Amino acid sequence: MPILKVENLKVHFPIKGGIFGRTVDYVKAVDGVSLEIEKGTTYGLVGESGSGKTTTGRAIIGLNKITSGKVYFEGKEVTNLRRSRASFHRDVQMIFQDPYSSLNPKKRVLDIVAEPLRNFEKMSRSEEKKRVEELLELVGLSPESIVKYPHQFSGGQRQRIGIARAIALKPKLIIADEPVSALDVSVQAQVLNFMQEIQKELDLTFLFISHDLGVIRHMCNQIGIMYRGRFVEEGLTEDIFNNPQHIYTKRLVAAIPNIDPSKREESLQFRKEVDHEYKQSYANYFDEDGLAYNLQPISETHFVALPEKG
Amino acid sequence: MWKFTVRRILIMIPQIILLSVLIFILAKMMPGDALSGLIDPNIDPDTIEEKREQLGLNDPWHIQYVNWVKDLFQGDLGMSFFYKMPVTELIGQRIVNTFWLGLATLILVYLIAVPLGIISGRYNNTWADQLITGYTYIGFATPTFIFGLVMLWIFGFYFGWFPTGGSVTPGLEPGTMEYVLSKINHLLLPAISLALIGTVSTVQYLRNEIIDVKQQDFILTARAKGAPESRVYNRHILRNSLLPIAAFFGYEIVGLIGGTIFIEMIFSYPGMGQLFMESIVARDYSVATSLVLLYGIATIIGTLLSDIILSIVDPRIRIK
Amino acid sequence: MADKLIEINHLKTSFRIGDDYYAAVDDVSLSLNKNEVLAIVGESGCGKSALAFSIMGLHNRAKIEGEILYRNYNLVDVDESTWSKLRGKNLGMIFQDPLTALNPLMTVGAQISEALFLHNRKLSNEERKAKVIELIEKVGIPRPEHVYMQYPHELSGGMRQRVVIAIAIANDPEVLIADEPTTALDATIQSQILDLIRELKESMNAGIVLITHDLGVVAEMADRVAVMYAGQIVEIVDVHRLFENPLHPYTRSLLNSIPNAEKGQEKLHVIQGIVPALQNLPREGCRFKDRIPWIDESAHETTPELHEVAPGHFVRCTCYKQFHFPNEMKEGQAHANS
Repeated sequence: MPILKVENLKVHFPIKGGIFGRTVDYVKAVDGVSLEIEKGTTYGLVGESGSGKTTTGRAIIGLNKITSGKVYFEGKEVTNLRRSRASFHRDVQMIFQDPYSSLNPKKRVLDIVAEPLRNFEKMSRSEEKKRVEELLELVGLSPESIVKYPHQFSGGQRQRIGIARAIALKPKLIIADEPVSALDVSVQAQVLNFMQEIQKELDLTFLFISHDLGVIRHMCNQIGIMYRGRFVEEGLTEDIFNNPQHIYTKRLVAAIPNIDPSKREESLQFRKEVDHEYKQSYANYFDEDGLAYNLQPISETHFVALPEKG
Repeated sequence: MWKFTVRRILIMIPQIILLSVLIFILAKMMPGDALSGLIDPNIDPDTIEEKREQLGLNDPWHIQYVNWVKDLFQGDLGMSFFYKMPVTELIGQRIVNTFWLGLATLILVYLIAVPLGIISGRYNNTWADQLITGYTYIGFATPTFIFGLVMLWIFGFYFGWFPTGGSVTPGLEPGTMEYVLSKINHLLLPAISLALIGTVSTVQYLRNEIIDVKQQDFILTARAKGAPESRVYNRHILRNSLLPIAAFFGYEIVGLIGGTIFIEMIFSYPGMGQLFMESIVARDYSVATSLVLLYGIATIIGTLLSDIILSIVDPRIRIK
Repeated sequence: MADKLIEINHLKTSFRIGDDYYAAVDDVSLSLNKNEVLAIVGESGCGKSALAFSIMGLHNRAKIEGEILYRNYNLVDVDESTWSKLRGKNLGMIFQDPLTALNPLMTVGAQISEALFLHNRKLSNEERKAKVIELIEKVGIPRPEHVYMQYPHELSGGMRQRVVIAIAIANDPEVLIADEPTTALDATIQSQILDLIRELKESMNAGIVLITHDLGVVAEMADRVAVMYAGQIVEIVDVHRLFENPLHPYTRSLLNSIPNAEKGQEKLHVIQGIVPALQNLPREGCRFKDRIPWIDESAHETTPELHEVAPGHFVRCTCYKQFHFPNEMKEGQAHANS
């Protein structure tokens, strides 16, 4: 049984317009996304800005209202839950993109990390302090850090404080929304390594949202590529990188800079070809509204948004 | 653009209705009514009751309200029992004076604020800037009526440079040059007093805008194009900082209303503000409520003006 | 070399923190040649943007010492009126964030037009407009005549960056400085913009200084690369040798910390510690010493210099000779020097 199952998720935001500010249309930020994540694995959600990847993550955890569709966590439906099922809110946590603004600057690290503990667990002050110290140690920060404020830490350290907060309640699933895109490469490496370590240690499941295919390839077992609120392709990491089928995926893969300068001309040539193909065969891959078709299986693990045959 | 304006005006209507209902209810809650001051207390109470009935003062409040609004639309604001004349006529005389005072003040406010704000923003953290911000802090801390009194005493009584009351020297023929000059002479001191205090928020606002725009990335783009410093300021920084100031215009009017009430009182300048204070002291309710209504409407229109100006000057709003 | 466009000697750009000045660019010497893309790579706080801003004379309150020689000027002390003539005409700049680099209250046309107007008053309004439309077309924006009338907020991020590029190249500058030109853009847009810059370079005959933190962008674009750490250049070499035979411990650490296809999902290298704040930078000895504590103290020079270890390949400090990653055997890397 997958730990997380999302069925035909839709999140539409109303557009107000006209003299009376009525709803004239909807932005279909997420329009029919389905996915399943197995326990202990990392699922990568990739897309460019405006693709709906972040909205998908936020809707699953309940930060955006779901218009239609269902979310199951450990087999139980958790769609649009409010306070009714506290255990879901304990078991699923989120890590945000910007380590500079996602931590309250007026709170000490102790209060930041202990916040979820205070919401969900009754602990004495000394128990709480001990737990926070353990958590900080786990993320590689010294226990003395608890009396400091976020601005006293570097970007990578702040992101680790964010992670300490997210794992405080021993969650089962963490939704990480661009957790490293605001960080320098060496700090990024630190955070990525650390996420892999705690994954093993705590048997965590990640939903990893990113626009960076290099990072996604490094972290994920399974990948879903989003474009304008819909999946264009889904598959194992090897499927997506070694055998991309949808023209949009090909374009994304071709856009990854090649780290070998001697292959510069080849990759430029490749990009040109893909671009040419994109323009030529756009109509084969997108419907008249420019949206992706429904996913069709091309192998056991690999799905591509193609028009239905016949 | 027009859609925005129409919608903004439509929003205004319920605001004005709500305002008028509130004012009407407040007026009704005050002790006494239109008859209390008009009629000799020695008249037989039955006669008064009869009169009340006749005037509709015993009707339920909403009917009275509808009648009041009907009268409003016909320009009938009731009678002032203190001046024994129709309120409309009374206000009509005063509104012109207040209008001129307000206009003179507004012009002075911008004449002071724009250069000071620019100097302060462009050369921030220099001694000139510190001098100007020092002035604005004093301005924020000084109440208008005290400052007005000081100005009146120094320039009106001590030096005798300006007249100390009224809106025109009595006995002059309206329409003559002398009359106009006398009018200007009379409103200059109150306008300067009001402007010197009222302008400080605009100075501060402009200063902060300029400092903010100065640090924006597109200013670097302009410099990198080879624009000399003077052009960077005139074309890019100033234009972009004056925009919110322009939009602030409507609120400026709103702020002026409060100011004129005190200033007119101190300078015994016969405008609406003075009338308002007098009517409250004299419990001349029909005048006071009419003025509150007028001020309220002016405030609503002022904010409307600000929103419309902003939508005209800022392309980011204009398009929608 | 006759083809040198810019020669920087012992440049030191310092900022005031409290009562003292601290050098963000500390004794940098570099040259930019014609038709060359020189990448300056490093992480935030290494001084790469401060260097770019020094070349453009865009620092407001910095103390700049040393020389930046361009034609017969020393850019470190030319006056404002000379700067106005050089900037935008001889030196163009592309900025990082296209969302904020354009004036929100001016049309795209007016903003590009201004760049032309400032350096060529002889053009008539019609000629200038025609030139602007030609530029808009040149940077690959569809429907130039329509876009001419539009305001920045009506365009996407990628299109705005093209406008910024159009402004930078309006007067065919000899030197183009691109400060993280694609960092704020999506991957597919990034590759389009990089391809555009490459195309323009071929037609313009200009030297480009490309400031970036992204080694992928370096591999795609650069001819020569200067790696900066803590205000200094630690390694400078042509792009092929940088990726084949990186020498300085910092360069090697950086390359090892980016995820890539060959490495798969194995652990990334983490550089120990953090980049110290400007006022806490160690000013003596090897500045990278604290980040590689497992390397013997004696491997470092007391005053690290840039050594030419092979023709055109410069490395700072001697510690590269003994450098190895913590998980490697010491002997395994001795070949790096040969």
